[in-house]
Amino acid sequence: MTFEAAERRYGDVVAVAGVDCAIEAGSFVALVGSSGSGKSTLLKMVNTLVSPSGGRVLFGGEDVTTLRQAQLRRRVGYVFQGIGLFPHFTVGENIAIGPRLAGEKLSSQRIAELLTLVELEPEMAGRMPDELSGGQRQRVGVARALAGDPELLIMDEPFGALDPITRDALGEKVRELHNQLGLTTIMVTHDMAEALLLADRVLVMSFGELVADHTPRELLAGEGGEIAQGLVAVPRDQAERLAAMEGRLA
Amino acid sequence: MSEIWTILLGLGDKLAAHVVLAASAIGLGILVALPLAVWASRSQAVARVALGFASLVQTIPALALLALFFPILLSLRAVFGEDLPTLGFLPALLALALYALLPILRNAVTAQANLDPGVLEAADGVGMTGWQKLTLVEAPLAAPFIMAGIRTASVWTIGAATLSTTIGQPSLGDPIFAGLQTQNWALVLAGCIASAGLALIVDALLGLVERGFASRKRWLWGTGLAAVALGVVGALAYQSGGDDEDTIVIASKQFSEQYILAQLIGSQLEAAGYSVEYRDGLGSAVVHSAVASSSIDISVDYTGTIWTNELDRTDNPGREAMYETIVEWERETTGVRVLGRLGFENAYAFAMRADRAAQLGVTSLEDLVPVGPQLTVGGDPEFFERPEWVSVRDAYGMRFGETRNFSPTFMYNALRSGEADVISAYTSDGRIAADRLVVLHDPREALPSYDAMLMMSPRIAGDEDIANALRPLIGAISVEDMREANFAVDREGEGKLSPADAAAQLAGKIGL
Repeated sequence: MTFEAAERRYGDVVAVAGVDCAIEAGSFVALVGSSGSGKSTLLKMVNTLVSPSGGRVLFGGEDVTTLRQAQLRRRVGYVFQGIGLFPHFTVGENIAIGPRLAGEKLSSQRIAELLTLVELEPEMAGRMPDELSGGQRQRVGVARALAGDPELLIMDEPFGALDPITRDALGEKVRELHNQLGLTTIMVTHDMAEALLLADRVLVMSFGELVADHTPRELLAGEGGEIAQGLVAVPRDQAERLAAMEGRLA
Repeated sequence: MSEIWTILLGLGDKLAAHVVLAASAIGLGILVALPLAVWASRSQAVARVALGFASLVQTIPALALLALFFPILLSLRAVFGEDLPTLGFLPALLALALYALLPILRNAVTAQANLDPGVLEAADGVGMTGWQKLTLVEAPLAAPFIMAGIRTASVWTIGAATLSTTIGQPSLGDPIFAGLQTQNWALVLAGCIASAGLALIVDALLGLVERGFASRKRWLWGTGLAAVALGVVGALAYQSGGDDEDTIVIASKQFSEQYILAQLIGSQLEAAGYSVEYRDGLGSAVVHSAVASSSIDISVDYTGTIWTNELDRTDNPGREAMYETIVEWERETTGVRVLGRLGFENAYAFAMRADRAAQLGVTSLEDLVPVGPQLTVGGDPEFFERPEWVSVRDAYGMRFGETRNFSPTFMYNALRSGEADVISAYTSDGRIAADRLVVLHDPREALPSYDAMLMMSPRIAGDEDIANALRPLIGAISVEDMREANFAVDREGEGKLSPADAAAQLAGKIGL
């Protein structure tokens, strides 16, 4: 996955201002930044939900805009905060939609397998989305993204709407699946703690530009510059205050 | 109650026509609105223009919209040829479909605008093409809302379709208009009950479909749709079965005299073995075009009306010459055959109370000239603007002390109470006989004649059997007989007759 001077403008507003970056296969990359930093826009360039107004985005060496859209989107699993389960489809039909669009029928066995993969009961395949909890729904969302055996998983604030416990569990699960299935994963989040805990590599964006590109270890060691350190300081500060409170109580 | 019931049972053909018309209009509305809604959901500008146009159409009264299609289609004949119908089914269909557009369009656009953006993003995210997104996601999710719009449109259309009577399309409006004119409330009620009942049934069935879509229960919407389809197919079958080439269609305009004469003509033809159909309550302006295009077969029209409206003449060559000219003109230009005159006139005339006329010694318009300046004249709201008044004023040098306008009913009351000394009456009006009024002679023939003529459409113009069956009516109806029949239908209370009964009485009186 390579971005070459990738750029996106909306009129005079620059959302992404020329990003150069290569992501090697098998890595788990977190894209962090405050709201409006352009991280979601950059992510959506990968599966052409947003097309670049300048530069190129390469997937396996090919420009994504020249690939057949339906095929590209099968090879790229997409999970996002809105989840977007189709309310008139059953859970099973939701999971099977990607292959169905490609003219394949997903076996019920495979659907059960995918549900098990995201730690849901296989019997849930027959339920309607509005019968599920938020966490269960996002698990179905992940199963749907994995149904087409994608090489790349892109996630846009995937756990943003979930409660902290569900969020933590699902984060761990996704990291586990990443390792197990040998995926390449790019996750957009505004939560630096989540990024540091899950990713191999953290990219920091600000005002449409890439301002830092480091491993979690390097960031915690103080590298990456002012903006990145500002973001790292928040969870670190919280952790220290919690530790201090614990110390006082002890 | 039993009277209403009897009328309702006889409304089968009107109901079938009503169902076919309303269903076609809603169908056409859906066919136009849905693609437009899809387009509108992709473009703000289209949404604004389409919804603006549909709302504008909605502000035009349904009656005016129906009437407007007559000149529009007439001008379109330049493109599509003379066979393009300007009356009846086509204009009714177009007007009602336009009317059905707004609720369907608005609901469809709103439904699409309110779809969960997450779901739409997911549709793109899983790789749906625009068409797949529309058919797999947008359409099924918007369906219940669109169905609600179609329901609203259906109820409106079924109601508004009653107005298509005025442009010569049979519908459940026929009994309503006929009943309103002849003050036959059973007829009005029967028409209202039938059309409201139809609207309620359709609303309930489409409600079933809407609920079926919302709860994704196939059997529910399937049942609803099947029932609606069955009703439409049934109506079509009924109509095609009843549509007989040999049936003679008799038209009437919207006043009692016309209803009575239509019944009289109808019974005369039925006695001769023909099957007849009545197209009651047509707008006065459309009757002539309808008979000329053979949308109807027989009408009764008046010489003065044809003279001004069709021949565009303002001169007055005298009663006989006017009639001869019209017969000739119809034969050459429209192919309509004027079989003859019925014998009476329904003209403008000046009338006075008998005692007042005797007191002043007035029997003709000439006698009125010297006393005019001391008298008050009453006319219907348009009379003093009409060529008839101009002609009388100029021919006699007529001047009145005071001029007052009344609606027709109050005009007679004013004469009775002495608020007016002389009024512009209609010569065949039943109230002339009932109030024992004196109709003043017009020795200078300043008032154009309004001889009632029997008109045959080009389709049956050459049919001598029909002509022979109708010939006994020619010259047979005196103005006194017509007045009596009109009064029997117009009056209130005891002795009030339906047009059919009045026609039967009139037939007896003239010896048929």
